[in-house]
Amino acid sequence: MATRDIRELLKEQAFFQGLGEETIAFISGCGSNVHFEADRFIFHEGEPADCFYVIRSGRVALEVHGADRGSLVLDIVGEGDIVGASWLFPPYRWEFDARAVEEVSAVRLDATCLRAKCEEDPRLGYEMMKRVAEIMRRRMQSARMRLLDLYGHGRAG
Amino acid sequence: MVGPADMSGPMTPRIFRVASKRRETADTVTLAFDPLEGPQIELRPGQFDMLYAFGIGEVPISMSGMSEGSVLHTVRAVGAVTRAIYDAGEGDVFGMRGPYGNGWGLEDHPGADVLIVAGGIGLAPLRPAIEHVLAHRELHGKLSVLIGARSPELLIFQDDIARWQARLDAQVRVTIDVAPSEWRGAVGLVTELIPRVSFDPGRTVALVCGPEIMMRAVATDLMDLGVASDQIRISMERNMKCAIGHCGHCQFGPEFVCKDGPIFPYERVESLMRVREV
Repeated sequence: MATRDIRELLKEQAFFQGLGEETIAFISGCGSNVHFEADRFIFHEGEPADCFYVIRSGRVALEVHGADRGSLVLDIVGEGDIVGASWLFPPYRWEFDARAVEEVSAVRLDATCLRAKCEEDPRLGYEMMKRVAEIMRRRMQSARMRLLDLYGHGRAG
Repeated sequence: MVGPADMSGPMTPRIFRVASKRRETADTVTLAFDPLEGPQIELRPGQFDMLYAFGIGEVPISMSGMSEGSVLHTVRAVGAVTRAIYDAGEGDVFGMRGPYGNGWGLEDHPGADVLIVAGGIGLAPLRPAIEHVLAHRELHGKLSVLIGARSPELLIFQDDIARWQARLDAQVRVTIDVAPSEWRGAVGLVTELIPRVSFDPGRTVALVCGPEIMMRAVATDLMDLGVASDQIRISMERNMKCAIGHCGHCQFGPEFVCKDGPIFPYERVESLMRVREV
C-alpha cells in the first residue's frame, strides 16, 4: 500500500491523534498494511520485537502459554488499540504471544525504522514514549486491579 | 382472658419456603421464595430483604428478580448463614423481613440513557433493574450493561446475559480477569468496557454495584467522561443488622446504609469511601 494511504489510516487512529500532518507523514514511511486470519499468531514470546501494530479491525489476544496451564489470555485488544510496546525498550523482545482472535487488519510499523526516526527527532521520540507509556500505565493498572481478585472476596455472613 | 402476644413487628420475620433453586456458579445459587401464608413480598429493584436461617443468623440479601410470583435471592456462600442458604433445598423454610432500602430509583430519571456496571455478585441486585429497563424500553434512552467477572465459570446469570446480548436495543458487554484461550469476549477491568459503548454523559444515569474499589474506579472514569456524580448511583454494602436504622451497625458517616441506602448518589458517599476509619 502506498505511503499516502498509510498516512490516512494512521490519522484515523487515536494513538496518533494530536500529532501534526508532517509527523504522521514522517511515521507512515515506516508503515505497511497487514492482515491476519483468525487464530493465526502475530508474534511469539521471545521473538525480536521488530515492529508494533495498530489494529484497524478485528481483535487480538495477548497470551502466555505454559505446559501445565495451557494458554491463558492476559488481554484482548481491538480496533484502535496498539499491539506491542516492547519495540521501544531494549532488549526489543516480545514478552507474550499475540494471536488474532478473529480476522485482523492492522498497520504494521517497522520498529527499526521508527526507532531511527525517534533518535533523529527527539521530540518525536518523546511523543512516542509518552503515548506508549500511557498504554503501559493503563495496562499496569488493569493488571494490578485484576491481581486483587476483587470479585473473589465477599463479606462473610 | 389474655390472648397470645402479638409478635408482629419490624423485627419479626415471616416464614418463607424455598420454591425452587438454581445453581449459578460453584458457590452461588438463586433461590425462589414463597410465603407460607399471606401476600408475597414486593420489592423494587435495588431493595433487599433480611434472610434468617433458623438457629444460625440473619443476612441482608438483595432481590435479584421475581419469577412466577416468587421473589428471587441470589446468594454466594461466604459465611455460616449464606452457606446454610446455599445448601437449602426445595421446601426448606427461612425467615424473611423486608423489603428494605430505597432501590435504584430509575423512575427519577425518565428518558435518560442507562448505564449499568456490575462486578461479580454485584450483578444480582442489578438484574431486576436491567429487566425493568428492557421491559419498559420506551421510558428510557440507550441501555448499556457492562459486566465484569473473575473468569467465565464465575459469571452468574449466563442465560440471562445471552438473552440480553441478543437484544438489538441494548449494548451488553462482558469482561473477565483471567481467560482461557477459547474465550472470545473481552479481558480486563470492567472500566475498560466503558469506552466501548455509546451513551450521552450529559443525560446518563449510571447504576453501579460491585466491590468498592471497582465502584470507585468506575465512578472516577464516568466523571472524567462528564457524567455528573449525582447521576452515578452505587450500592453500598455495610454491616446491616436491624435494617431499620435502629442498631447503627451500618452507620456510614451521617448515613445509615440500611435506611438511607443501600443505593446512594456517588456525590454523597465519595469522600466517605476514601476514609479508612468509616
